[in-house]
Amino acid sequence: MFDLIKARKNHGYQAIKNIADAKILSEHRGFPVIDESKLNGNVESIINSCPTKAISDKPLAINLGKCIFCGECEKISYGAIKFSNNYKIGCDSEKKLAVDSSVTYEKFLDSAIEAKKEIHKIFGRSLKLRQVSAAGCNGCEMELNACGNVNFDMGRFGIDFVASPKHADGIVITGPVSKNMSKALSDAYESISEPKIVIATGACAISGGLFADSKEINRTFFNNVKVDLFIPGCPPHPLVIINAILKFLE
Amino acid sequence: MNWSEIKNLQSISQKEIPFFPADKFFSDIIESVKNGRRLLNYFGISESDKVKIYCLIADDELSKIFIAYTELNRGESYSSLTIDIPASHLFERELFEQCGIIPEGHPWLKPVRKGIAGINPNETQYEFFKMLGEEVHEVAVGPIHAGIIEPGHFRFSAHGELVHNLEIQLGFQHRGVEKLFVKNDNILYQTKLAESIAGDSVIAHSGTFLRAVESLMNINVSKRVKITRAVMLELERIAVHLGDLSAISNDIAYLTGNSIFGALRTLIINTSMNICGNRFGRGMMKPGGVNFDIDETKRKSLIDTINKVNNDIQIAVDVMFSSASVMERLEKTGIVSKETAIAIGMVGMAARASGISIDARVDHPFGAYQFFPIHKLTLDSGDVFARSYIRFIEIQQSVKIINDLLADFQKGELTVGKNEMQKESFVVSVTEGWRGEIVHCLLTDETGRIKNIKIKDPSFNNWFAIALAVREEGISDFPLCNKSFNLSYCGFDL
Repeated sequence: MFDLIKARKNHGYQAIKNIADAKILSEHRGFPVIDESKLNGNVESIINSCPTKAISDKPLAINLGKCIFCGECEKISYGAIKFSNNYKIGCDSEKKLAVDSSVTYEKFLDSAIEAKKEIHKIFGRSLKLRQVSAAGCNGCEMELNACGNVNFDMGRFGIDFVASPKHADGIVITGPVSKNMSKALSDAYESISEPKIVIATGACAISGGLFADSKEINRTFFNNVKVDLFIPGCPPHPLVIINAILKFLE
Repeated sequence: MNWSEIKNLQSISQKEIPFFPADKFFSDIIESVKNGRRLLNYFGISESDKVKIYCLIADDELSKIFIAYTELNRGESYSSLTIDIPASHLFERELFEQCGIIPEGHPWLKPVRKGIAGINPNETQYEFFKMLGEEVHEVAVGPIHAGIIEPGHFRFSAHGELVHNLEIQLGFQHRGVEKLFVKNDNILYQTKLAESIAGDSVIAHSGTFLRAVESLMNINVSKRVKITRAVMLELERIAVHLGDLSAISNDIAYLTGNSIFGALRTLIINTSMNICGNRFGRGMMKPGGVNFDIDETKRKSLIDTINKVNNDIQIAVDVMFSSASVMERLEKTGIVSKETAIAIGMVGMAARASGISIDARVDHPFGAYQFFPIHKLTLDSGDVFARSYIRFIEIQQSVKIINDLLADFQKGELTVGKNEMQKESFVVSVTEGWRGEIVHCLLTDETGRIKNIKIKDPSFNNWFAIALAVREEGISDFPLCNKSFNLSYCGFDL
């Protein structure tokens, strides 16, 4: 009994008090800062360096939904692309995923996730989510699980993952959606009652990521279903995930 | 047996792989497995209507790998190995599914990744194993499970609480990984793809792939790179083992363990982020070296962290494993005996918990383990307790390995230049990831590009062990048994 108390005391208080202002290591690769003036005639090699074809030219832009934040482009860009450790990179529309030199972090934050009255009214104090891994590699899944651990403790904001889609207010999708999971994903989505929200987590779910041109992938689900919240990353850090959802509910 | 004899990471010309007629090829396999050797990999490569069947047999005591191939026509059959070598059942099913070679007399030639029940109405639907009896009922679970976890289907035949049979059907995660490796001839893309084979084994899989490539390029990475990679691999092992101890605690409602091990895991994965910017080690590895250095400041903070974690684990583990209510759930639950484990070809941590002395870091050393010998850890009971406790002792071992490796951490090149890969060659790369042995076989074509890659995650060997572990157990103990293995769905489905 005393040993147990000792172990608990040694464990101490672990939760990050202020999630919105939490510090993250400078090594973390978050929001990219683009400075076209530093381009050195090397646009083509920068574009080709990207394993997921996330970089486009004129203007030089990174698509956060395709980016796996590997930092390969940064290494050869002479400062034209620099990954900051800013982690509030979730957004609410596909257009906003494209970041060029005109989009600073502050500007991105201004409009990344726009408050919607009805979302706040319905889900603002309690949001129950069903997670579906559709060929996710377990990276995003581990980070979604970590959102509920003692450090990040997402439950304190009224956001929980539930077992049944019938109990859920929305679906969190990870993975590029394999052919073999496409039916189960649709079934789970259909089982959630209206109104419901859709959250795509990680490069694979948003764009197919590294698997975009595999024949074993079937992304037709997204032809009929509108994604409400995009959470970029490979995988996104729990701070990315929680802050995106909190902002969405504001 | 006059098969070609190679070592882990030794690349050879494909011409050096001997061909044997089917009869001799298969009887050689049966004979060597009966003599205590082990099926390391077994796969087919289709070339128009011909199928080359390669077999790799490991001699763990001699640190040797034997290789040969035979050739059959698509649609042709041979007498199934599974009757003599149960461990080959899944390899043969895969060979049938991918290349259309029929293992005659295979006890259960069911789908591996394709034609799964209920997914595609155009495919013939596979019928699950049925148990007859008035009071036998079936419980179908998945592909989507209750928690945040990858998908797979479990079909229980139960009598009340008692499970008589569990059939596991995977394949839902199939992403065509092996084909993508061949399709995109870009080493950077391939490295990132290797990182995504299984998201909890980023360093293990990317390391396995890159060591194969480096062997084919005939380049040697510096000692500093070897140590850095080994440190990252051990950090990965510590992190997942801690996460699993946390999850096992959660499954038996021991919330103290759930919290403490979870928080300690955070410290370890944040250490990975401190080194390479990602909590799972993504971005760390590159062909010919590593992308990030462990400088003096980072070395010190890494050592402080793992020693603190090691200390705190000891306190938490002492309390946990002296609690009667914990032990009551873990002991004698989900037993896999040593005999069973050997017969079905189990590998890695789970095999060591069943008393098999197997560890690629010792048996087929790679990277830093070539000059840094470690000893193999085993436990005997093969139950959930053994698979939990072995995690604790492996964490302690990994902490010691990292401390020792970093004590002699001399300067060295972080990258060496790339070469063209040797043409028409073959290499096998074996790595002991946290889950067990990862095997990548690479074949190059006449221009030196990857022509075929065959990936085997340890989950491929071990999934069947879960099905056996839950037999005659209560169905409510299934989550606990499952978690004690924590196998990869993606690593299996590819």
